[in-house]
Amino acid sequence: MSEEISSVVDIDQQEYIINIGPQHPSTHGVLRFVVSLQGEVVKSLQPHIGYIHRGIEKMCENLTYQQIIHLTDRMDYLSAHTNNEAVCLCVEKALGIEVPERVKYIRTILDELTRLASHQLWWCSFGMDLGGQTCYFYGLRDREKILDIFEETCGARLLLSYNTPGGLMWDIHPNFQKRIKEFIKYFRKKLPEYDAILTGNVIMHQRTEDIGILSLEDAISYGITGPTARASGFSCDVRKRYPYSAYDKADFKEIIYTKGDTFHRYQARMDEMWESMKILEQLVDNIPEGDFTAKMKPVIKLPEGEYYQRVESARGELGVFIVSKGEKYPYRMKFRSPNFCNLAIMNKLTSNFKIADLIAISGSLDLVIPDIDR
Amino acid sequence: MQDFKFNIYDLSSFTHWVDVSLYSYCTPFWAMMWEMIIIGVAMLLFYAVIGLFLVYAERKVCAFMQNRIGPNRVGPYGFIQTVADLVKLLMKELVIIRKSDKFLFYLAPFIVIIVNFMTMAAIPFAKGIHAIDFNIGVLYIMAISSMGVIGVLIAGWSSNNKFSMIGAMRSGAQIVSYELSVGFSLITMCVLAGSMQLSTIVEGQSECWYIFQGHIPAIIAFVIFLIAGTAETNRGPFDLAEAESELTAGYHTEYSGISFAFFYLAEYINMFIIASIAATVFWGGWMPFHISGLAGFNNIMDFIPPFIWYIGKTFVIIWIMMWFKWTFPRLRIDQLLTLEWKYLLPINLVNIILMALIVLMGWHF
Repeated sequence: MSEEISSVVDIDQQEYIINIGPQHPSTHGVLRFVVSLQGEVVKSLQPHIGYIHRGIEKMCENLTYQQIIHLTDRMDYLSAHTNNEAVCLCVEKALGIEVPERVKYIRTILDELTRLASHQLWWCSFGMDLGGQTCYFYGLRDREKILDIFEETCGARLLLSYNTPGGLMWDIHPNFQKRIKEFIKYFRKKLPEYDAILTGNVIMHQRTEDIGILSLEDAISYGITGPTARASGFSCDVRKRYPYSAYDKADFKEIIYTKGDTFHRYQARMDEMWESMKILEQLVDNIPEGDFTAKMKPVIKLPEGEYYQRVESARGELGVFIVSKGEKYPYRMKFRSPNFCNLAIMNKLTSNFKIADLIAISGSLDLVIPDIDR
Repeated sequence: MQDFKFNIYDLSSFTHWVDVSLYSYCTPFWAMMWEMIIIGVAMLLFYAVIGLFLVYAERKVCAFMQNRIGPNRVGPYGFIQTVADLVKLLMKELVIIRKSDKFLFYLAPFIVIIVNFMTMAAIPFAKGIHAIDFNIGVLYIMAISSMGVIGVLIAGWSSNNKFSMIGAMRSGAQIVSYELSVGFSLITMCVLAGSMQLSTIVEGQSECWYIFQGHIPAIIAFVIFLIAGTAETNRGPFDLAEAESELTAGYHTEYSGISFAFFYLAEYINMFIIASIAATVFWGGWMPFHISGLAGFNNIMDFIPPFIWYIGKTFVIIWIMMWFKWTFPRLRIDQLLTLEWKYLLPINLVNIILMALIVLMGWHF
């Protein structure tokens, strides 16, 4: 085993290797970093992935498009709704279906709720990575409210599967708008608490400022997307650049920071939470009346061809690529997962920082491992 | 043999009675032996009770800070939850690491525990309840309490685990550094007290606690002592040695069952010891709160037994330390050392001079 590792990582006499993961509290899943250390300083890092590879892309080749939706939940489980939507949008694009306005609005609202819930969970686990354990419970306390809205809407709390090609599974609950408005009112008061406990803390600033600086060039060449890239000044928000669903109806800012260190990645996500609430406020009262789904045939067969659709998940750009041979199953299905690309930069970001920084950096990239492995 | 009268405000008559009656019944050697056994058993009981209670208290305090309820099922308000946990730990398998240094691996938790005991011996719990009253009590406590790191280093080394090793090395660097600050802040107070004997230090605060007597330098010393003391107990935000999110559990990663429980307990007892030293040196130990000139107020304060005063003060400080832990994120190792060597130590050195000046000029209360 040790020979195998030493052939993988080029080490000299002063260095030693430790495995961070696959079972480790801060890899947020079964990710394994083989880290070469000199004392406490990280010399090189190699991510080993595939511990929960389930072959989702291959499984998709034997499933109808309605069934595929349920698999995509299991990729990035924290933005399940966004994953569902990506597939639906791609299928709808291929079929040339225009979904009702109502569906677009509801999808966008749920997108933003998903983003909020995901960022809350990111925030609390990031706080825990830094050692501030109380953050975890603050984040989960507020995330619970969003999960309750999900539960009321479609019965599920985490893996929604609420979308279906052509629209939604069923209509929203009558309480939907009321509960969202209550939540926004509540969360606008609670979000400053997040700043009070973590953002303003001097230890937190010392731990994150100038740590793991991601340059704009690297962000572009490694294909980094999402808040991670926007913290480096890379304007890549799919919601703004290629608006889908009802994002063109909402007025919101694309959060751009320039420095690209851990603290700016943190700030970018914190600000995104405010922006998400702004989007929600604009859309929640204007959900138009209408059908919750377009008229669809029970068996969906995509015309022969290649289709691609991208959406902005909580971690970056999620792409769905379908190759169809005109059958009810896709010929090939490929997901472009934001986490996979974001993980690739880890070695570059962490070299010559300490172990504690490695944890902070990997926390600030907000990795969800099932999405990497698929 | 004199009559025994139990006075809760002055337990020295009680301890004196025990001493005299033992010597009158046995030969001096056996009387000494019996005293040692009595003190040892009492300490052991106190240690276990305080340890269990602190674990429970921490869980409740952190639950309170984290919008949770905390343990509430076993016993009233979950009060005997920690007893249940202890029983569980006692019954758990001791996992033997094949390539570890077995002798040192088993020795390490005992070193940590023994050091705790030795420190507790010198703490004045109440008037007359004080196992050993050295004339260099403060020096003794400083010397002994820092020996706990040997246990931590041995644990890290013998586990044959890199995470443990990193944790142990961090702990070593941390305690060697922060020992200075703890020492200097206590020396500052010794300058004011004019003695290193803990009983004298407590007696000297009968009019007014030292934190008020020594005003500015005493408050600075107290804050530094709290910071450095927290660092010395390896608790958050200085819990680098066990840094859960970085090193899984640091130096006690490989320990299981009761040997893990020893480390866990030792951490809490360490916190208790640091808090009781702070309470003794700065807040007057078991001495009630007195304001000179207000006889009525002082009488009311005297009405509260000394042991209650001591426990109360200690727990206030423990609560502050828990408050730190559950609020702040963890420091990085280089920031930890920077804090000590660049900030606390110079401030401390200036503070000693300031205190010496104040004592010389008689500017204290």
